[in-house]
Amino acid sequence: MKALICIGHVPDTTSKIKFTDNDTKFDTADIKYIIGPYEELALTRLLDLRDAGTDMHITTVTVGTQETEPTIRKALAMGADDAVRVNAEASDNLFIAKQIAEVFKNGDYDIIITGKESIDYNGGQLEGMIAEFLNLPSVSGASKFDIEGDKILLEQEIEGGTLKLEASFPFVVSAGKGFCPEPEPRIPNMRGIMTARKKPLQVVEPVDQDAVTEIIKYHLPEPKPACKMIDPDNVEELVRLLHEEAKVI
Amino acid sequence: MAILIYTQNYDGKFKKSVFELVTYGAAVAKELGTEVTAVTTGKLDTETLKELGKYGAEKIITITNEELNDFSAQAYAYAIEQVAKKINADLIIFGNNPYGRAIAPRLSVKLNAGLAAGVTALPSSVSPFTVKKRVFSGKAFADVVIKSETKIITLNQNSYKVEENPVDISTEEFTAEIPEGAYAVKPIETVKSSGKMSVTDAEILVSGGRGLKGPENWGMIEEMAEILGAGTSCSRPVSDLDWRPHEEHVGQTGKVVAPNLYIAIGISGAIQHLAGVNGSKVMVVINTDPEAPFFEAADYGIIGDAFEVVPKLNEAFKKFKAEN
Ligand SMILES: Cc1cc2nc3c(=O)[nH]c(=O)nc-3n(C[C@H](O)[C@H](O)[C@H](O)COP(=O)(O)OP(=O)(O)OC[C@H]3O[C@@H](n4cnc5c(N)ncnc54)[C@H](O)[C@@H]3O)c2cc1C
Ligand SMILES: Cc1cc2nc3c(=O)[nH]c(=O)nc-3n(C[C@H](O)[C@H](O)[C@H](O)COP(=O)(O)OP(=O)(O)OC[C@H]3O[C@@H](n4cnc5c(N)ncnc54)[C@H](O)[C@@H]3O)c2cc1C
Repeated sequence: MKALICIGHVPDTTSKIKFTDNDTKFDTADIKYIIGPYEELALTRLLDLRDAGTDMHITTVTVGTQETEPTIRKALAMGADDAVRVNAEASDNLFIAKQIAEVFKNGDYDIIITGKESIDYNGGQLEGMIAEFLNLPSVSGASKFDIEGDKILLEQEIEGGTLKLEASFPFVVSAGKGFCPEPEPRIPNMRGIMTARKKPLQVVEPVDQDAVTEIIKYHLPEPKPACKMIDPDNVEELVRLLHEEAKVI
Repeated sequence: MAILIYTQNYDGKFKKSVFELVTYGAAVAKELGTEVTAVTTGKLDTETLKELGKYGAEKIITITNEELNDFSAQAYAYAIEQVAKKINADLIIFGNNPYGRAIAPRLSVKLNAGLAAGVTALPSSVSPFTVKKRVFSGKAFADVVIKSETKIITLNQNSYKVEENPVDISTEEFTAEIPEGAYAVKPIETVKSSGKMSVTDAEILVSGGRGLKGPENWGMIEEMAEILGAGTSCSRPVSDLDWRPHEEHVGQTGKVVAPNLYIAIGISGAIQHLAGVNGSKVMVVINTDPEAPFFEAADYGIIGDAFEVVPKLNEAFKKFKAEN
């Protein structure tokens, strides 16, 4: 089986978010980048399945400039076999999805896996868009993922329960919590890092697709007024404030 | 400008989040001088459809195809695309929930329509069409311009106040053409969960963290939830340790919630936890450690031992509920 896994290059979850150029650009100074947590979970799952005997070739794909290469190398060091980078600024979802669909068409992949959502732009869109460009079935935010022969067994959290699903290749899926049941973080060792340097990283140029969205300004949330402290021996005061001041009970 | 709202029904009933979408759509329509059409699926009785009219939907289209009884994003996208074209929709609104998130991106490709996901307010401008959306897991917001002729947004739950705005409705049934193969994902079975209020629907959440020491101590948390008509949620370690079910895990890697009131008990307030709850209107924190980061994000705080404070607070809530 050949899997194409979409790796996003996102600010570390603890990053302090700031903007520059009159709040029109994300300030990348002092930002440490990581693999998006959901796609890291997905990659970990694929590696676990492979270790358990599923025959699998894992290719990563990232739409991004050269700056994203350390993140791509990290995925290779974790155990992916090779990588494709589409050499373009990732700034519009239809554009990104189109590029990934194109990479899929140009290889003989069986499945595309993305994370459920990126932790920077929180769109949760790429899986659906890629699948639609390719006219393939898909499942969003799978909470379980297994491969049995030519079948994919999935679970998805829905309103009021869990839905068990079955699909066949070719297929698109986005990974949510639970995708990898017991994720042991795959921290690349020295050997992994050394071999990752030699693994193929192919750079391709983007195909045309107009951008239809644009971020024109960022805002930080309004600073909250300081927390009002209430004496633990006077909890009635909290009840009063929640009722009269905050009006939430 | 015509506005189309996807109004999901659950077993023939609408939830409050749908009325929020319709209220929002009606407000945008007013600004644009146009009408709101709601689209839903299945066979609904007129009384139920009229509820949408109460919040401002003038026209309601019901897609009757039986194939849609099982959810398939592909099939739903086909059907909604046809409705959108039929009414010449230039703005299509979904809820930012699992259904909206599955259908909207596909529709975006079909209609070459820019999609802004996770919108939190009315458009700040209609030309160019500009909406505010949540980015960096709630640590910031962005103004997004959608440049395409057809525009799609998904609205975050609890970001717009539900308000009645009754109008007369006209209803119409619609049969979509859905090609075969749009069901390649086969549902095997649905396993129902505990039947408790889902964390994303709850208007009040009582949430417990590792500070509560063990699952046996959740009685007082559930009691508080019961008194307040609230849901219960938890931090990640708590669900990782199996003290609580996974569907209660909130945060960056769990569910993102935005209740009116979030009560955090024995939760430190790590940045990844806050990322899932910082959209709450009011946050209360109860923690023994005055240095816990949650106090910086909260509106009200009590420094104290949960095992002493919570039982007292439950009594106070009970007394309040009896009097109000
Ligand atoms: C309206 C808008 C305007 C933007 N403008 C800018 C801008 O001006 N400058 C800028 O730097 N960025 C910009 N971005 C951010 C950039 O487009 C995002 O990184 C990208 O859209 C993915 O974000 P998402 O949250 O929508 O993806 P999601 O759909 O949430 O991502 C889901 C999954 O897709 C995969 N994925 C995400 N991004 C990539 C990628 N690049 N390559 C491969 N796989 C990926 C991952 O597996 C991820 O888990 C903008 C985003 C939006 C929505
Ligand atoms: C990539 C990534 C993603 C993550 N995603 C999430 C996520 O989605 N959700 C999430 O919650 N976490 C997430 N985390 C974990 C997060 O960093 C924290 O570790 C976690 O939120 C801590 O949970 P906690 O507050 O329950 O426990 P702790 O940090 O152990 O805090 C317990 C708190 O209880 C207080 N306490 C102790 N005893 C009492 C008492 N008797 N009465 C009152 N208070 C008491 C303590 O003072 C302390 O503040 C993520 C981490 C990473 C790296």
